Amino acid sequence: MSDGSMTIGAAVAPTGTMRRTLPAHGSRRTHAAYALVTPAAALMLVMLLGPLAGVIALSFTDYQLGAPHISWIGLANYQDLFADKVFWTALRNTLTYVVIVVPGAVIAGLAIALLIQSGTSLRSLYRTIYFLPVMATLIAMAVVWEFMLHPQFGLVNGLLRSAGLPAFAWLQDRSTALYALCAIGIWQAVGFNMVLFLAGLVSIPKQLYEAAEIDGASSGWARFRLVTWPMLGPVTTFVVVISGIRSFQVFDTVHVLTKGGPSKSTEVLIHTMYTEGFEFFRSGYAAAITVVFLVFVLALTLIKSRLADRGVHYT
Amino acid sequence: MSNAHPVPFRAILRHVLLIAGAALMLAPFIWMISTASKPQTEIFSSELHLIPHRFALAENLREAFAKANLLRFLLNGVIVTVSIFVLQVMVALPAAYALAKLRFLGRETLFALVLFGILIPPQATAIPVFLLLHKIGLLDSYAALVLPFTISVFGIFLMRQFFKTVPDDLVDAARMDGISEFGIVWRVMLPAAIPAVTAFGIFSVVAHWNDYFWPLIVLNSEHLRTPPLAVAHFRNNEAGTSYGPLMAAAMVIIAPLVIAFLFAQRRFIEGITLTGIK
Repeated sequence: MSDGSMTIGAAVAPTGTMRRTLPAHGSRRTHAAYALVTPAAALMLVMLLGPLAGVIALSFTDYQLGAPHISWIGLANYQDLFADKVFWTALRNTLTYVVIVVPGAVIAGLAIALLIQSGTSLRSLYRTIYFLPVMATLIAMAVVWEFMLHPQFGLVNGLLRSAGLPAFAWLQDRSTALYALCAIGIWQAVGFNMVLFLAGLVSIPKQLYEAAEIDGASSGWARFRLVTWPMLGPVTTFVVVISGIRSFQVFDTVHVLTKGGPSKSTEVLIHTMYTEGFEFFRSGYAAAITVVFLVFVLALTLIKSRLADRGVHYT
Repeated sequence: MSNAHPVPFRAILRHVLLIAGAALMLAPFIWMISTASKPQTEIFSSELHLIPHRFALAENLREAFAKANLLRFLLNGVIVTVSIFVLQVMVALPAAYALAKLRFLGRETLFALVLFGILIPPQATAIPVFLLLHKIGLLDSYAALVLPFTISVFGIFLMRQFFKTVPDDLVDAARMDGISEFGIVWRVMLPAAIPAVTAFGIFSVVAHWNDYFWPLIVLNSEHLRTPPLAVAHFRNNEAGTSYGPLMAAAMVIIAPLVIAFLFAQRRFIEGITLTGIK
């Protein structure tokens, strides 16, 4: 390397050898560094960090889009929010959604990954099929699901009827609508989790299974319990938190299929935020909902980093 | 558990379970194609059949394209996703290079902010960004769809991690050749980072092609609609009456990504699971 640099630029040679000590060269590069990061830093400030601070600040104001005044009203938005039945319904529905979709999509994703990995044939075909829902535009597929769940002409009720079972008006019935949305959520998330688990499974050293077998873990279940499950620990934590954060953000299917109904049975946090902020333009109030949402999402993230730290110790 | 043929039994059980699951996964796609191929009378019959008695796919597609300007909406999708990706790369790559290879005051702070930024869900900043776009009169435009996403902190993080693995010798050699720091980003780092940029590109295009929340908030005009908005409007206008064309429209909207995915699944899976790092 030194040969090349010598011949290429004799003039640069001294800078090349004692670069660190030459301030002129260093400062030119520092200028370049600032020029390179400026667009990103400016945009980050305007589109990300500023708005984040803004949403927190807005939540303490009575701002409404188009209103001439804006005034600081302290915690009034939060007091209104916590006194509002719709907010508690939305929070309860969101948590129900998360509590159903996360275990559903994580367990199914793990089971499929284990099944695919347990043999060698058709691996990539299965992987492709299970991943397909992740790729397909959710809004388009939500519309398809709506027709599948159609009370009279839908596939689901058609199959139920032909099996002699009672049919439901899935999305129109307040006792089933949220669960129907959960099913769509699980259907869409399974493939994503499967791929993460597959990556985790591939990275488990084969010797561990051999060692477990020598120690008498002969059944598939014993090998899973003694090797696979502990080794997948970090991946599992990760998948659970990612699924949790994504489920918390549920909006698309709700907005296009139920609009939070029937009678608020599928109202979820982000949908309430959307309605208040972008239909009624009560920006301050919607900002308070956003802050509540943020608290939950950041709590999940914190849990992840805490658990991830713990995971590192035993591997 | 018979010991005589443990392998075939297990293999068969594996396929039985996986095929059953695959049928569940594929059911909406099959039902979509089936319904899009049926004439109205067959759709509104309580008798369940997958294969239409009379194929009407062409009719339904024609009606879908007549009722909604689908080509325009697909074109909007392409314009928006490509603009976002190109701008993201133009903003993120120089910053990622500086964070990975240059020393400057504030580097650690900036990188910490990037890591923090990754944690912020897109819905959290929606209201202030909306108000900002309202203030500068950019709502209901391509700019409203593109601008907020030109900064991808995740892209910066990803590329910075990749650039860290590029040997310093390569950068030094380029400096010896008299290439400026700016030139190094595009002529040395970008070519070295093509695999990472591709993965990020797939991640970005898929995310924004499928995004519903943001276009829903900032758009009013029909001619700017992105594919997901187009399907939602089609559904609101036509639901309950013409499921055939609706399913045909859904097919058209998901087709570009699904076909691309089937041709390059490994790359797509790689790209999409990048979100896993987030």
